[in-house]
Amino acid sequence: MKPELEQLVHRAQQLYEDLDLAAVRTWKQAAPGRKAIGYMPIYVPRELMHAAGILPVGILGGGDRLEIIRGDAYFQSYICHIPRSTVELALSGRLDVLDGMLFPSIGDVIRNLSGMWTMLFPGRYVRYVDVPQNFDPKVGGAYWRRELETLQGDLTRLAGRAIKDDDLRHSIAIYNQNRQAIRELYQARSWQPWVYPTSELYLFLRAGNVLPPEEHTELLRQYLKLAPLEEDRKEKDHSRVVLVGMFCEQPPLGLLLTLERAGCWIVDDDLLLGMRWLTGEVEVEGDPLANLVTAFLEQSTATASRYQPEGDRGRALVESVQHNVAEGVIFCAPSFCDPALLDQPMLIAALDRESIQHTQFKYSEDTGQFAVIREQAGTFSDSIRLWSEA
Amino acid sequence: MSEHSVEKEQSMLLQKQMIAGHYQALARAPEEGRKTVYTFVPGNLTELLRSFDLLPVLPEINALQSGMRKLSAGYIAEAEKYGHSEDVCTYVKCDIGMLKKGNISPTGTQLPNPDLLLLSYTGCFTFMKWFELLRQEYDCPVAMLHVPYQADGKIHPHHRDYVVEQLRSEVIPMLEKISGRRYDEDRLRASLALSVYAEDDLVWVLESAKNTPSPIDAYFGGVYYIGPIFSAFRGTPEGVEYYRTLRQEIEARLRDGLGPITPEGSMGRERYRLVVEGPPNWTSFREFWKMFYDEGAVVVASSYTKVGGLYDRGFRHDPDRPLESLAEYCMGCYTNLGLPSRVELLESYIREYHADGFMINSVKSCNSFSAGQLLMLRQLEERTGIPGGFIESDLVDPRYFSSANIKNRIESYLQMLEQKRGTKVGA
Repeated sequence: MKPELEQLVHRAQQLYEDLDLAAVRTWKQAAPGRKAIGYMPIYVPRELMHAAGILPVGILGGGDRLEIIRGDAYFQSYICHIPRSTVELALSGRLDVLDGMLFPSIGDVIRNLSGMWTMLFPGRYVRYVDVPQNFDPKVGGAYWRRELETLQGDLTRLAGRAIKDDDLRHSIAIYNQNRQAIRELYQARSWQPWVYPTSELYLFLRAGNVLPPEEHTELLRQYLKLAPLEEDRKEKDHSRVVLVGMFCEQPPLGLLLTLERAGCWIVDDDLLLGMRWLTGEVEVEGDPLANLVTAFLEQSTATASRYQPEGDRGRALVESVQHNVAEGVIFCAPSFCDPALLDQPMLIAALDRESIQHTQFKYSEDTGQFAVIREQAGTFSDSIRLWSEA
Repeated sequence: MSEHSVEKEQSMLLQKQMIAGHYQALARAPEEGRKTVYTFVPGNLTELLRSFDLLPVLPEINALQSGMRKLSAGYIAEAEKYGHSEDVCTYVKCDIGMLKKGNISPTGTQLPNPDLLLLSYTGCFTFMKWFELLRQEYDCPVAMLHVPYQADGKIHPHHRDYVVEQLRSEVIPMLEKISGRRYDEDRLRASLALSVYAEDDLVWVLESAKNTPSPIDAYFGGVYYIGPIFSAFRGTPEGVEYYRTLRQEIEARLRDGLGPITPEGSMGRERYRLVVEGPPNWTSFREFWKMFYDEGAVVVASSYTKVGGLYDRGFRHDPDRPLESLAEYCMGCYTNLGLPSRVELLESYIREYHADGFMINSVKSCNSFSAGQLLMLRQLEERTGIPGGFIESDLVDPRYFSSANIKNRIESYLQMLEQKRGTKVGA
């Protein structure tokens, strides 16, 4: 690896491994009065925080790098892992740098965690972000506008400054650039997954959890520029697969590496989906709150936690397979993840109708043994290649 | 399981007739040209459906009835055979398994396919996935009613407006289309007026447990008491009659100084008064109940009996504000409340009902209930100074009911309460 890219990857890796949120502390210390607010998966309107001068910080649990000492005492064995490591992060003081937490609507566990936060950390700002499941502008849109106005009022008080329309327009433009860079990266990986391996791309995506969007966009742009210069990144006889089910509790990095080593090029995924929730640009001109509402109603990605009035669950996955010329789908969901696991039979039915191959397994964010997964993914990849050649 | 014959009171016989009659009406629905709507207990819109002459079907009730009748294990296995994860809600799998095996109701009658899935999305994320799954199976329309979560326990005006607007623009037009009838607000008002009578009587029954000894068990007995009002009979004359009869029976028990009626007759001496959080286990329901009444433990208040509405905290359907009141009903159901509100409610129950202890039955299937219960336990212990008990089981998957383990925990917990009581006396 050339030194410039090596440095860049090293930086992204450091940010990924930093459970103490040092980057956030540094950012806050750089100017007096700066605030940071954490948010859990999946979608929150980060533009509003940015417009208030607040740093939105993605909180995704502790992964496989955190020993759970107190967090387990708050959850039964049949609850997924991300809330226990998130509570552990907070109880160990690692999240003290945050001035508040947003809990988006993704499932009952994260929803209830919002109430737990209120009780565990009285006095801290906590808000449950209940996005509309009705997409009529006059109904769901009107409700979402009021919710955004309420959030805007809260952020104004927290930041100690009003959020002006021009501030919000500027933030929308900044996040449009960020989403555009991510889209370009995903497209580039889809074309040449050997140039942008997912185990690397993921680190750069994760960096967006703790960096200001302007800085994150620049990081992504540099990666897009430097990765193709690596001459030893050659195409291999791998299968092209789409990964599904990882939108909330994140897999350990080792799992992504394992899949690639097992012969799978990941050409699309739902990792860190909140950053890519809006599939297009948000209109910058005009009423910025109205533009955020419209974008949510019309450009939200298809995923388990969003109701689909049309009822064609699985269509977006089939389209992803087709668009990315994938040869199969790996359902890779966290254990006890209701949204992902309840969705799976519907997605499988859609794939079966199109004769698209698939396999499935579960993980936990602290999974440490990958031998079985490597074997299963390897066999799946082999079967695709053998089947394709037949 | 115990084979004791159950002592039946008039209200029990009445409820049995009502439920059997409803399932028979559902079985006849296709030939009689009646339309059916599948929907959920929390946030159910029974009066609205009835005002269109539509018959409600409640898959949660089918699942729990299947659990009580020992049918659920087979249905769950069937659903898992079709690729449904062992990790997810067993109500969903029980329902899907039942469908795959011919959609025979727990009472043995044929269930009609839905003409509409009314997705009252209240307090439970799984509801959305459940009806998305059913939509694929039945290929029928869905009306989504998104009910905002009351994280801070307050009903905000724009939340109410949102639900009312969905009723007007989504739900009612869909019901008109399915039923072929125009929305008749006067008919809805009349039905809501009947609801209030039943709600008043239900609250009186639930609050009778403030007496010592309590004439009712507000959890194991309570699930029977809520049956008609949480399902197909709110807003009906039968519902009113049931609750009037039930109230009269409880008034008589109170006059006679009797404790709750159990499957083995009137309970003996009341030794422990408990508050319980969480749904019961249905597959070993009587065995579970027996573990309590054998020890003289009476549940005087429970959260499960509030999943279909917090009537005891003052809510009543209001015929003068029909849609607004339905919206407020949907938002106020127990699992749609933030955890701090749930803790406050349980704390108030412990105090108002003079409970000796409280117990949480944490069910694997239901994250809406279960996620956060260990913190609720701590909070309640801190606020009341009363130690809590914690047991784990499931709704309708018998694999998760470990009888000896649960019995051991209940007995140990009650012994601890006894010991504390003794310590107090001696102090």
